[in-house]
Amino acid sequence: MQEIQSLIGGFAIAMSWFNLALMFAGVTLGVLIGVLPGLGGANGVAILLPLTFTMAQQPGGATSAIILLSCIYWGALFGGAITSILFNIPGEPWSVATTFDGYPLSQQGRAGAALTAAFTSSFIGALVAVLLITFISPIIARFALKFGPPEFFAVYLLTFCAFVGMAKGAAFKTIAAMMAGFALAAVGIDTVTGQLRLTFGFMELLKGFDFLIAVIGLFGIGEILLTIEEGLEFRGAKARLNMKVVLETWKELPRYWRTSVRSSAVGCLMGIVPGGATPASFMAYGLAKRVSKDGEQFGNGKVEGVVAPETAAHAAGTSALLPMLTLGVPGSPTAAVLLGGLLIWGLQPGPLLFTEQKDFVWGLIASMYLGNIVGLIVVLTCVPLFASILRVPFSIIAPVILVICAIGAYTVHSSMFDVWLMLVFGVLGYVFKKLNYPMAPLVLALVLGDRAEDSFRQSVLGSQGDLLVFFSNPLVGTITGAALLLLFWPLLSGGWSALRKRAAT
Amino acid sequence: MEEGDKAVTSLRAAEVVMAGLFLVFGAVVMWDSQRLGAAWGSDGPQAGYFPFYIGLFIVIASGANLLQAFRMGEKGAHAFVKRGELRMVLAVLFPTVVYVALIANPWFGLGIYVASALYIAWFMWRLGGYGPVKIVPVCLGVVIFFFLMFEIWFKVPLPKGPLEAALGFS
Repeated sequence: MQEIQSLIGGFAIAMSWFNLALMFAGVTLGVLIGVLPGLGGANGVAILLPLTFTMAQQPGGATSAIILLSCIYWGALFGGAITSILFNIPGEPWSVATTFDGYPLSQQGRAGAALTAAFTSSFIGALVAVLLITFISPIIARFALKFGPPEFFAVYLLTFCAFVGMAKGAAFKTIAAMMAGFALAAVGIDTVTGQLRLTFGFMELLKGFDFLIAVIGLFGIGEILLTIEEGLEFRGAKARLNMKVVLETWKELPRYWRTSVRSSAVGCLMGIVPGGATPASFMAYGLAKRVSKDGEQFGNGKVEGVVAPETAAHAAGTSALLPMLTLGVPGSPTAAVLLGGLLIWGLQPGPLLFTEQKDFVWGLIASMYLGNIVGLIVVLTCVPLFASILRVPFSIIAPVILVICAIGAYTVHSSMFDVWLMLVFGVLGYVFKKLNYPMAPLVLALVLGDRAEDSFRQSVLGSQGDLLVFFSNPLVGTITGAALLLLFWPLLSGGWSALRKRAAT
Repeated sequence: MEEGDKAVTSLRAAEVVMAGLFLVFGAVVMWDSQRLGAAWGSDGPQAGYFPFYIGLFIVIASGANLLQAFRMGEKGAHAFVKRGELRMVLAVLFPTVVYVALIANPWFGLGIYVASALYIAWFMWRLGGYGPVKIVPVCLGVVIFFFLMFEIWFKVPLPKGPLEAALGFS
């Protein structure tokens, strides 16, 4: 029960007035970010990351900084539901499934019930995932202490193969985007040999591409361009949320406990796998629809149809931090940005974090409990406020968001070149979105590129260039094998169903 | 069909161009890695070893994407972007480019605050149809808030121009 002790220590750190204030600020900002078009968890955190540089240098400051940023993440997760339900605009990709039943509910005048159900189930999903993190991550971290370079490279391989295998769209587009991320990560000075790679004589490229700029451009500018394409109109339902509606909905919710449990499990499992939140929300919705006794009513405004995807999405979004903390492998773009934050603050993510930075890790985990409680309070009380922000015309919101993106890109390295780069990434993001190239693998590859390459080099150095080092012992062999299995999963499952079809006829 | 509904390019053309760009990018990565040495050196893998294969994967994947683009069938004839849509996108993108250019350049850098105010004003005037009664307070409010936040509270200096210099901030 060492975990409980550590957790209590963590609460002692997270409960300071300063950190609690940061939680409120972070969650409120996060909901705002989640509600506004063009700003989401990933680029919102990316824009605010530079503001924490000075904060993180003070003693204990890194913990405060991660609390602020992770609370922005929780807030953004909550906020995505508001736009989905009231405006039929999913603020985040994982809120798409919430629109199926959430928007019909609000059209029937039951927006309050839909919002309460969404927030409460988000909270429950997150709580399950945090419990998982509390008790599982120390075990994984202890286990991962035994990892050498080949094991780490195998884990990276698993992460990236999972992206290809689990991708909804074209596998080759995922590979192309991911590899482009790796190539961009390679730009600049090679840390091992000191040679210049892919700079072609441009001084600006010496320090390479910063993933924060890519995130702000791809997710921020790209999103705005895509939104503006459809015109400047926003239309949405009025939101009123009083205590009576909240309590009535809460009375109804225990009926769906089976859906909650199922969706939490789906979410936690999928969240650990990268890119999991969005498929998790769809899977949970589909499962609930199939299992529920009035499944055919789904899509016409069933509260259960809001509970399922929201629980799963929040569970997945939260458990995405588990591999980030224990292995240094982020499960989502936002987790990738948080990982980038750790690196900038001088913390090495991975198993050593649990032994060397106990205060930081447990402070963060404790703040996850508190942050989600704070989040639930903030969203339940402030919905009308956030909804009214959405009624500010887009022709005012859009330029302000673009200005925020430009400032965010500039502050990363105090460089105007980065602002131009952000614009280029923005256009790229727009085209990527239109052609269904996924952006998350590109960002993850850009963040992990150098680390993946280092572990690859160290592995093959040890084995004198023999690639069989990735199968040299049962542990690394299993991870590599699982990676390859995931990579070829679409082919395998396709072949399997073809075989079964042939057997049936 | 209305003027704004006309397609600027087909989906197929866009897919082909994108895959082609990826192909060129991958080839450039491979070429540069080859130049650095992508083989096994005396002391381990050379600098271009890892990127070379990354480039190779990009070339293979974009080759497959290119093939798929040609075999898209009917869907390939759909519009990638319609005229009206492209006009909206350019109406935002072009001023944004001008905005970034105005922040800092060797000739008349205005600084980020003045440039932002002008940018928001232009946006509200041209795309929102607002008059100065609404534009001025919004612009001033936003810019002053950002100035306080970055220069005073968080002490993160942003690019400044002649106006800030005249007011005593540098």
